[in-house]
Amino acid sequence: MKKIEAIIKPFKLDDVKDALNKLGIQGMTVTEVKGFGRQKGHTEVYRGSEFVVEFLPKTKIELVVSDKIAKKVIDTIVETARTGKIGDGKIFIYPIKDVIRIRTGEKGQKAI
Amino acid sequence: MKKIEAIIKPFKLDDVKDALNEAGIHGMTVTEVKGFGRQKGHTELYRGAEYVVEFLPKIKIEAIVSDEDVEKVIETILKTARTGNIGDGKIFVYDIKDVIRIRTGERGKEAI
Amino acid sequence: MEKMKRMVSVLLLMFMLLPVSVVLSEEPKAPAPAGQEAVAPAAAPAPAPAAPAWDAKFAADTVWVLVTAFLVFFMNLGFAMVESGLCRSKNAVNILSKNVIVFCVTVVFFWLVGFAIMFGNGSPYFGATGWMLAGADNSPATGDAYKGIFASLNWTGVPLYAKFIFQLVFAGTAATIVSGAVAERIKYFSFFVFSAAMAVIIYPIAGHWIWGGGWLATLKTPFLDFAGSTVVHSIGGWAALTGAILLGPRIGKYTADGKVNAIPGHNMGMATLGMFVLWFGWFGFNPGSTMAADPDAISRIAINTCIAGAVGGVAATFVAYMSLGKPDLSMALNGILAGLVAITASCNWVTPGASFIIGLVGGVLVVYAVLFFDKIKVDDPVGALSVHLVNGVWGTLCVGLFAADIGGVKGLFYGGGTAQLISQIIGIVSVGVFVVVVSLISWLVIKAIMGLRVEKDEERQGLDIGEHGMEAYPDFVGASSKRT
Repeated sequence: MKKIEAIIKPFKLDDVKDALNKLGIQGMTVTEVKGFGRQKGHTEVYRGSEFVVEFLPKTKIELVVSDKIAKKVIDTIVETARTGKIGDGKIFIYPIKDVIRIRTGEKGQKAI
Repeated sequence: MKKIEAIIKPFKLDDVKDALNEAGIHGMTVTEVKGFGRQKGHTELYRGAEYVVEFLPKIKIEAIVSDEDVEKVIETILKTARTGNIGDGKIFVYDIKDVIRIRTGERGKEAI
Repeated sequence: MEKMKRMVSVLLLMFMLLPVSVVLSEEPKAPAPAGQEAVAPAAAPAPAPAAPAWDAKFAADTVWVLVTAFLVFFMNLGFAMVESGLCRSKNAVNILSKNVIVFCVTVVFFWLVGFAIMFGNGSPYFGATGWMLAGADNSPATGDAYKGIFASLNWTGVPLYAKFIFQLVFAGTAATIVSGAVAERIKYFSFFVFSAAMAVIIYPIAGHWIWGGGWLATLKTPFLDFAGSTVVHSIGGWAALTGAILLGPRIGKYTADGKVNAIPGHNMGMATLGMFVLWFGWFGFNPGSTMAADPDAISRIAINTCIAGAVGGVAATFVAYMSLGKPDLSMALNGILAGLVAITASCNWVTPGASFIIGLVGGVLVVYAVLFFDKIKVDDPVGALSVHLVNGVWGTLCVGLFAADIGGVKGLFYGGGTAQLISQIIGIVSVGVFVVVVSLISWLVIKAIMGLRVEKDEERQGLDIGEHGMEAYPDFVGASSKRT
């Protein structure tokens, strides 16, 4: 099993979610986050004082998938979240030791 | 590669970010979270009813760094986020299997 | 902490007991209908006044004064929304609480003593009759027919209680102006006590000079302030200035090398709502100051008020766009309020064309004033000084410049010479000096006894938790997570 964490542009969330649903992905967790990488933010002015907003709003998607569909999921996210412009985000892949469904106590693959 | 996750006091974010930038870390994700550790929250009052707010507002910083940068990054966060008072936060270090840049499809260290 | 609590409770107790003794001996004051005079124990048996008939004009005047008073009362909500919107969410409960309590405190103290000092008969410097409205008064009789303790209000033919509530809501407005400039760092109860000082001493004394028949009203060319650019806005502004200077800037407002940091407000929707509520309230503030349903005057004042506010908004937007790069919404909101403050003194005596110019200058002034106060390190989170103080002064000058021989008032540009302008300057300076000195003393006394500013840690965490133990937006893992 792998945990896949993708940081994407907020307006891409629906596309990514729909594409993942089509792959048969049943669940995910979404968080509003802020961050920066190569894209360096923008300058805002408030009452005459300039300030740089370095942290830009992004959406974080987290999902845990079985090893055999991990590649497909990653490819799907890359395909749907890409605009080709700087700031498209990143995907992080983590090893995960176990998953437990709280309702039933099921573990591992069955709990995904 | 490692993922470094730090929970810090919200007003320390700018200091930590600037210090990490100087240390050559050029990307991170931040999230508003709430949590508690040794610091046990405070009592609030609503229409005469007291309640304990155990979860205090914190900021979570996540950054992916190459193995050789790990110690430097931890040191930097320790130095800048510390006030010496209870509630300064914690740093967690995770294994990470892979990183993909969505715009280009680059993988691994290239994508950091 | 405990000592502080005890002190505050003693204070509150005194606050509540003070009026009780007098209440028992008070006589209710019924409106004096046709032919009946109010019982006037102090006055010699006066000849029956020219009996005001219970006629349509009397009814219309009274309804007009009351309805506009209610509009001005509504401005408290406007201030609450503008101020909390332009500050950070961690201080929202604190700012709302200040706006709530400042009006309540003003009502009590202005009723007890403020109104008597401001409008009671007395010396050119303060009034000294009519504590808690007690004493002879045969309103709605006007002019020479009026016999009573509030001779300075004998020009309006409405019942005393109508005069009182209209002046009361004005006093509340002056005190509220201070709240924005000292926001996000002042101790709640220190602000509470200062509000009382505003309602007891600062506002009534300076107000007496101008509206209470005091020395400024009896100059050879009387100082004129129709609806309160000086009486309400500058007085509030000067008091706010001394408070903001004594408190010092908020943590994080300036970098170590003195650069200005932006501290954006948390809810521009609230700020905009507040601005429109204030604008709406101003249709009571200015046209109501006729204290009579005079069709010509109230229509003229309403349109002058509207034009100055609108032009102020346009001017501030364009000045912000040209000199700061973007049409800053918070500046547009300040610009509208600036235009409204600026037209307040002269709204009855100028033409719509002059209102346009008065609002235009106000909108330009406010943007540069915000930048100026930032530069000299006077931290004013909501722009209260730029709106109320700077434009209060500008608006007061405008009477001497633009008064167009309406109601016999002539300004410099309408062939009136400099006489009116000089009177206006005398008034601005004397009121400024008085309010700065007395408010400085008040702040310093409060600072010595109970302190002014919250602790650093409390300021960082937000005053909502430190001062009130309550958050404005507690939903995310707040109290609700404890319930099932």
